[in-house]
Amino acid sequence: MTMGSSDGLLEIAGKRFSSRLLIGTGSYASFAEMQACHRASGAEIATVAVGRHDLSQGPGDSVLKHIDRSRITLLPNTAGAYTAAEAVRLARLSREALGTEWVKLEVLGNPTTLWPDVAETLAACRTLVREGFIVLPYTTDDLVVAKRLEDEGAAAVMPLGSMIGSGLGVLNPVTLSLIIQAARVPVIVDAGVGQASDAALAMELGADGVLLNSAVALCQDPVSMAQAMGLAVRAGRLSFLSGRIAKKTYATPSSPGAGLQG
Amino acid sequence: MQIILNGKPRALPEGASVAQLLESLGLAGEMVAVERNLEIVPRAERALALLKEGDQVEVLRFMGGGR
Repeated sequence: MTMGSSDGLLEIAGKRFSSRLLIGTGSYASFAEMQACHRASGAEIATVAVGRHDLSQGPGDSVLKHIDRSRITLLPNTAGAYTAAEAVRLARLSREALGTEWVKLEVLGNPTTLWPDVAETLAACRTLVREGFIVLPYTTDDLVVAKRLEDEGAAAVMPLGSMIGSGLGVLNPVTLSLIIQAARVPVIVDAGVGQASDAALAMELGADGVLLNSAVALCQDPVSMAQAMGLAVRAGRLSFLSGRIAKKTYATPSSPGAGLQG
Repeated sequence: MQIILNGKPRALPEGASVAQLLESLGLAGEMVAVERNLEIVPRAERALALLKEGDQVEVLRFMGGGR
């Protein structure tokens, strides 16, 4: 659990959000569809990636023109970085272009699994915090690493549910719970969500939020799934706050069973 | 003169500034980041930052991305 949340609001680095769903901007069929999904999801934070465009084709379109900035806070990420140095470079470029200190730090270690390189992530986190960034690092579902990132000054930790784009959901609810219970900063489950119940499960474990992209962008009806994800995150949060009944291996009737059989 | 823009050669008038380069690309009002020889050129310095023959320039923009 974290100190970050009160009154149902998600609070990261002193900024409050009424939705606990964070959404991506990649892989959509069109910007119009992306925008409709953002609206349907209710998300107030969207990740974007800085990169090199082919300038020989003219100025082209920019994803930024299709994000409702009156409602959505931009969270630039360091996608494509495989070393701390590359991630720091991308973060600085994002800050320069967008004028935001916020950065979703991701440093990957393997192109097949897109698994986080935690050593490089820790090193980059240290540098970026020192430079005044608000750092939200993508990390493994490893408690020790999550605490180390927190010690380095991360504003939140973002452990994976499962591999990026895999749709396998939360594969290890036990380790995720350990992080949620021990973290002082918000815990955002990032990656692996495939369907609404995955997002709900993450929230029922006590996560402060969920970040997803492919589950919405690549499904058959993205706008409908975006709405489902928004509802699932809220339902999961309410379920968590309601304090579930204990699990038992015997039955307990919920209706009175005495005195009728005479 | 010739610079290397996003990895490709590009001809520019002698003494062109970073701001003029962005204008010629149709990106003057856009949220972009510019690196010259691996150093960021801050927004406020773009008009005064003059390009030189052989400069390696990267103009970076935001793309869709997430998970």
